[in-house]
Amino acid sequence: MSAVAITDVSVRFQSKRAETTAIGHVSLDVAPGEFVSIVGPSGCGKSTLLKLVSGLLKPSSGSVTLLGEPVRGPRHDIGFVFQRAALLDWRSARRNILLQAEMRGMNSAEAGRRADELIEMTGLSGFENALPHELSGGMQQRVALCRALLHRPRVLLMDEPFGALDALTREQMNVELHRVWRETGTTVLLVTHSIAESVYLANRVVVLTQRPALVKEVIDVDLPANRDYSETMARQEFAAATAHIRDLLGAVTEHD
Amino acid sequence: MERTWRPAALLVACLVIWHLVTVTGLVEAYLVPSPAKTFDLLVDKWSYLWGHTWVTTCETILGFVVAGVLGVLVAVAMVYSRTIESTAYPILLFAQVIPKIAIAPLFVVWLGFGFEPKVVVAVLMAFFPVVISTVTGLKSVDTEMLELAATMGGGPVKTFVKIRFPAALPHLFAGLKVAVTLAVTGAVVGEFVGSNEGLGYVILQANGNMDTPMLFAGLIVISVVGILLFLLLDLAEQLLLPWHASRRGAAVTTLLAKGGT
Repeated sequence: MSAVAITDVSVRFQSKRAETTAIGHVSLDVAPGEFVSIVGPSGCGKSTLLKLVSGLLKPSSGSVTLLGEPVRGPRHDIGFVFQRAALLDWRSARRNILLQAEMRGMNSAEAGRRADELIEMTGLSGFENALPHELSGGMQQRVALCRALLHRPRVLLMDEPFGALDALTREQMNVELHRVWRETGTTVLLVTHSIAESVYLANRVVVLTQRPALVKEVIDVDLPANRDYSETMARQEFAAATAHIRDLLGAVTEHD
Repeated sequence: MERTWRPAALLVACLVIWHLVTVTGLVEAYLVPSPAKTFDLLVDKWSYLWGHTWVTTCETILGFVVAGVLGVLVAVAMVYSRTIESTAYPILLFAQVIPKIAIAPLFVVWLGFGFEPKVVVAVLMAFFPVVISTVTGLKSVDTEMLELAATMGGGPVKTFVKIRFPAALPHLFAGLKVAVTLAVTGAVVGEFVGSNEGLGYVILQANGNMDTPMLFAGLIVISVVGILLFLLLDLAEQLLLPWHASRRGAAVTTLLAKGGT
């Protein structure tokens, strides 16, 4: 059974003047425990794809199945991380993470232990009681990641989670996300603009076309399961994969 | 430190100008009494003024509380139901644009000369800013935050209690601060129209007797009541929303409250 099965899905938006097709006919299967990156031109409907999987949006045609069950409305068995951390200003880092537990009515003692575990894992120790505005962008995103993982979701959806971070922080976050994924074994769907990020983190990279989005190609990433960042960057396979994706996206490479 | 002395200096300057105007005889004494005379009267007639101040303050607070509760309830209904919003908005606007002084006599006819018509006018004055600010606050919540809440499966009540309402509080407090000053005006307007107690009554009496020192004293006491209620709300905001106050930084209203330090 696949963790996520998107079958011949299309999405059309109806505005006053015209009907726009955000997603053409897309099919995608994600195996349990797999890490799949989705890249594509800006505004091609990558984020829309994640909203379909989470049930926040209904497809115009086709079907989405999550963990063996058809998606009909907002699903609660996932974790979601947005580009903006979307934290509650009045709650400390730890209490922001625990919002997940409160909303779900989880056992608070167990949720507290789990939160501490995640805080430790993501390097947030010492910042538990800081308010969001006292945290850097990277720290805020760590909080959002912990919140998304608190209930041990089997599927984690990430919508350009590191898009607003500076390059160095982004690399650190990539390394941490890789480790977290290895430790939790969660299935991850990551939408990103960064080609390097998409390859470094994923088992497979799905390249989408311009709007209306279609799957242009799915690239299998031929890298070891446990990846050291700089060592991976230096690998021949990494260079080949990123070059290929850059080609597919039609990115300009005049400088070489 | 600098911000504290500036408003104080301005206040002193105003008093000095007031004093000079009366001392030099620029304006007849019966038109504008001197500050000294006004403050003497404030002290001499304090027990008389205090009784009326208490009446007006009670009307104001009651009107403000009713307006606050009603305003928040109406705002919540409007945010959660398109139908209610489109139905209620025109009526709300209508109630807001009617000059309160013009309908106040009607409340006297309906409710008599007691405190009820004053409270009703205060509610009418204070209600609108509460509704508008609460609606704005409730709508200002991140769509992403609400989507996230949907994936957490907490349901609408938990989403409201834990996310939407707290997020709306800064806006709500802004509205409440406007509302409390308007509630003072409402209570006084209500008293103007028909009453035998309250600061509005004191001013009308003083006016009839050409007693300008008492008129000035009444005005000063009304302003002080309004300012104190405003500062009380500001203090409540700082205690309830420290996360917001700390981000707002050096806002003038906050410093006013910290004026003593």
